[in-house]
Amino acid sequence: MTMPSDVQKPMTIEDTRQAIASGSIKAADMAKSFYQTIAAEDPKIHAWLSLSKERALKNAECIDVMASRGDTLPILAGVPVGIKDVLAMQGSPTTAGSKILEGYQPPYDATAVARLEAAGAVLLGKLNCDEFAMGSSNENSAYGPVHNPRSLDRVPGGSSGGSAAAVAAGMAVATVGTDTGGSIRQPASFCGVVGLLPTYGRISRYGLIAFASSLDRVGPFTNTVRDTAILLGVMAGHDPMDATSSPLPVPDYTVDIDKPVKNLRIGIPREYFGEGLDPEVRAAVEKSLDRLRAAGCTLHNVSLPHTEYAIPTYYVLATAEASSNLARFDGVRYGYRTPQADSLSAMYRRTRDGGFGAEVKRRILLGTYVLSAGYYDAYYRKAQQVRMLLTRDYLQAFREVDVLLTPTAPTPAFRLGEKTEDPLAMYLADIYTVTANLAGICGISVPCGTSSKGLPIGAQILGKHFDEATILRVAQALEQQNR
Amino acid sequence: MNSSKKITLEDVRQVAELASLELTQEEEAHMQRDLNSILDYVAQLNQLNTTDVPAMAQVSEILSAQSDENIKALREDTRRPSLDRAAVFSFAPETDGVYFKVPKVIER
Repeated sequence: MTMPSDVQKPMTIEDTRQAIASGSIKAADMAKSFYQTIAAEDPKIHAWLSLSKERALKNAECIDVMASRGDTLPILAGVPVGIKDVLAMQGSPTTAGSKILEGYQPPYDATAVARLEAAGAVLLGKLNCDEFAMGSSNENSAYGPVHNPRSLDRVPGGSSGGSAAAVAAGMAVATVGTDTGGSIRQPASFCGVVGLLPTYGRISRYGLIAFASSLDRVGPFTNTVRDTAILLGVMAGHDPMDATSSPLPVPDYTVDIDKPVKNLRIGIPREYFGEGLDPEVRAAVEKSLDRLRAAGCTLHNVSLPHTEYAIPTYYVLATAEASSNLARFDGVRYGYRTPQADSLSAMYRRTRDGGFGAEVKRRILLGTYVLSAGYYDAYYRKAQQVRMLLTRDYLQAFREVDVLLTPTAPTPAFRLGEKTEDPLAMYLADIYTVTANLAGICGISVPCGTSSKGLPIGAQILGKHFDEATILRVAQALEQQNR
Repeated sequence: MNSSKKITLEDVRQVAELASLELTQEEEAHMQRDLNSILDYVAQLNQLNTTDVPAMAQVSEILSAQSDENIKALREDTRRPSLDRAAVFSFAPETDGVYFKVPKVIER
């Protein structure tokens, strides 16, 4: 039985699972109905780069067999999920939004992908993103930009723009993205969905095409805070394939999510409310602070004095790591190779020039420069020292407060093309998000209002290392009050 | 990090060479402009005195100071199968079934 088109599709994990467990819809029909939505909606949004229908339907049918036997269904049974195209998925094209990986299909699954599927998720396909996750608007994708479903002439944010847009447009119940400097939280804010940056080491990076290994994280996008808690629990945990993944036990992140937030100490870092903050964004975030105060939280002004140095620090360290990580794309083992080269060195250079887009080349050059002889101490080492100062700012603040509340981005979604000519202006879209990556702490963006033009606005809650439970609790309180 | 020192076209070419990138003339000019603009911005890090501040390469250093639990164990050094050669080669640009093939390495 196919789902009648007038039936509201489930938008949460629990609704999806219930519908399948109760027999009111089969997982295979659920997947097909999402593919229908994608066929109808995606031509104007362009969130998807490839669909994995065969794999999705095969797994959905397995769930249906379990349901028909009356088995206990796994937590994500039949839940349609999309994967950012920087995560390896066996047998599916995995391009990282780059021409240099056009046509490549990895021979293995990323750990996060494998864990989702083992928990019953139905993986619909791969989602558009900025090339190698480098960008804040999705306009650096070699396959064309994503359009924001809330306003089609605007960007969805980046780099996980496709992941945010797919959830916002009802083309998936949940998606996975990655966040190196804000690439989950900022698009979540722009598209009006929930997006979580887990603590560094909480979710394995095995199978993630590396951009900046000391900053990269994998994390979920969903419609609700509870769903984010569920997906985090499924993907988190130690992985022998990623030596930086933490052996700390994974709690059930949904257990305390509805616990009252009374007496929680909320820090308001004044550096995140200064010049450049859109007045409507400020008003929406301040309203969230009022609501938390009304719920019994105590508000505290705090200072993170080195905040203004976060973007320059980030662009030295992230590009340095990228220049090293992207050395592997040389036309030898996978992806694109130039047809015009009669020597190995010419093959390397022409493959990389033809395969990489402008922003990726810019960052490789910058990263190579700051690591090169004579500049290493002046740029790279200096930035590593400032990274320590930025991290100490947070550690100091978290002695006084439980979480920090800030805007996720300085403005709502901007127009396509608005910032493409000025790399620095684009980098400043991440001004409130990059520091959490440098310090390794966790954060979440949750919708907190809309602008006068109807554009979503997100509030960011930042928490201590491995204290995802508390930021989820605060996000849940905000979500409940915003309803 | 002297902000008065500008990157020249020659610098751009040299860095491109180090990074195995072959830029067009137009790209070289764009990259020169953008790198100068970004490095000017980065120069503000010089305002900070970091004399006694340790360099932080990644967050594990901070986390291991917080708790021993955070110190990661490397996986057991045991033999396990590698990826299947045919699966790996099926998406390589050129192979002979045993090796990846590349254009000639030594130029005469």
